[in-house]
Amino acid sequence: MAGMYSTHMHLPRMVDMKEKVAEFWQEEAALSGPRKHTLQPIVTGTSVLGIMCTDGVVIAADTLGSYGSLARFRDISRLMKVNDSTIIGGFGDYADFQFIMKLLEQQTIDDDVVGDGVYRDAPSIHNWLRCVLYNRRSKMNPLWNTIVVAGRDYSGKPYLGYVDKIGVSFTDKSVATGFGSYIAQPMMRKAMEENPNMNVEEGKRLMARCLKVLFYRDCRSLNRFQIGVVTGADSSISEPISAETDWSIGANPSGYE
Amino acid sequence: MSSIGSGYDLSAGQFSPDGRVFQVEYAIKAVENSGSVIALRGKDGVVFGVEKIITSKLYEEGSNRRVHSIDGHIGAAVAGLLSDARAVVNRARDEAANYRDTYQVPIPLKALTERLGKYMHYFTVYGSLRPFGVSILLGTWDETNGPKLMEIDPSGTARGFYGCAVGKGKQNAKTEIEKLDLSNMTCKELVKEVAKVIYSVHDEVKDKHFELELSWIGKETRGTHQLVPQDIYNEAKTYAEEALNDSDDDDTDM
Repeated sequence: MAGMYSTHMHLPRMVDMKEKVAEFWQEEAALSGPRKHTLQPIVTGTSVLGIMCTDGVVIAADTLGSYGSLARFRDISRLMKVNDSTIIGGFGDYADFQFIMKLLEQQTIDDDVVGDGVYRDAPSIHNWLRCVLYNRRSKMNPLWNTIVVAGRDYSGKPYLGYVDKIGVSFTDKSVATGFGSYIAQPMMRKAMEENPNMNVEEGKRLMARCLKVLFYRDCRSLNRFQIGVVTGADSSISEPISAETDWSIGANPSGYE
Repeated sequence: MSSIGSGYDLSAGQFSPDGRVFQVEYAIKAVENSGSVIALRGKDGVVFGVEKIITSKLYEEGSNRRVHSIDGHIGAAVAGLLSDARAVVNRARDEAANYRDTYQVPIPLKALTERLGKYMHYFTVYGSLRPFGVSILLGTWDETNGPKLMEIDPSGTARGFYGCAVGKGKQNAKTEIEKLDLSNMTCKELVKEVAKVIYSVHDEVKDKHFELELSWIGKETRGTHQLVPQDIYNEAKTYAEEALNDSDDDDTDM
């Protein structure tokens, strides 16, 4: 093994890498001084849902920042309008999401001041996020988020992307994070199968339905959410709304007598 | 101002016996050779106008911008060496981004002017560097504080103005501007006046063609710095050309 790396090259020796990794874990275990690598999210956001419609893209998320099992911050926005062509939604650590929002805000300003009316489109922003997130995971210091990128590309076509803390990135007609991927994704897929040409109005109603079910089933959710829409012309995020719920069936569940 | 430095003008790191830093004065001369730039601060905003002198028929209209946006809410018009201007504007943008990152609010004009003045001054104290040959006019408007206009010259000095002119025709421009009752005029009125002043100080003989660049920031634009919209621009241009005709000059054609 040593023979392979006997010349002085930029490649690190296998032994050095093993030592580095061991050092890292020892350092974390010793807990001496401030942590330099993210190991756990603190204030978190739950599911973000996204669906592509014929005339735009719909994205939704509730307005809760959980502190473990405590529903601590109940009026935070997990959707951000980046520019007229893109809205992003953040799942996971809220502080890391705020950091990402700050970087994106500056990017939009940089686009603004060029003064030619051209802004980064959704695929560009999605790709940029992938670069950042993958890079951080490779340094063993991830931004503990899954981001949904909803928008349109330069030609006006709807775009919906997903990128997470380990740098996995893809696009799809419907995306969901966290609990949403287990509960809402099947609902969204079924709805799209039955109605392949959904428009944004139908999409918004579907989102509200999915978020209601998530509120019933996800312990870290809140019945107060925002729905964002990106159409061919612009993007906007709604004021927080709530779904009508019926907990009567929950009064006497079988097995909990 | 045509005095010879005679040995004390070779670096910005030296004073002359009569207490002048010649390199800075020469930088100011470079600004005076550039096309006129004026800015007027009115009741509800700031308007910038630039006389962009065109040296060739091949020049593309609208390129080579002389007014820039800093952080969206501040407008900057530049006169002097345009490549130096580019460097100063980029620095201003970095300062604004840095302020926003630290304090999570857009940079106030005073803070930006201080930082930029400091930066430009830095280049006037070392022998290994030369000063920027640029004067930069910075303007902003917001709901709470109203309009503000500042000028920074190559020495790094910042001054606040109601009406300011730099470049070739600055003396004539200043005379024209002093006649205006600026604090009672709106941006819409000022756009026309800015165009008029630029047209009137433009020297037909020396510089045949020029392109007028107009931008504004104020209540009309809700605090964002933008180029003046095409229809208002055309109106202002016509007003300026007519005013010029009244004083018996040839029509300046683009």
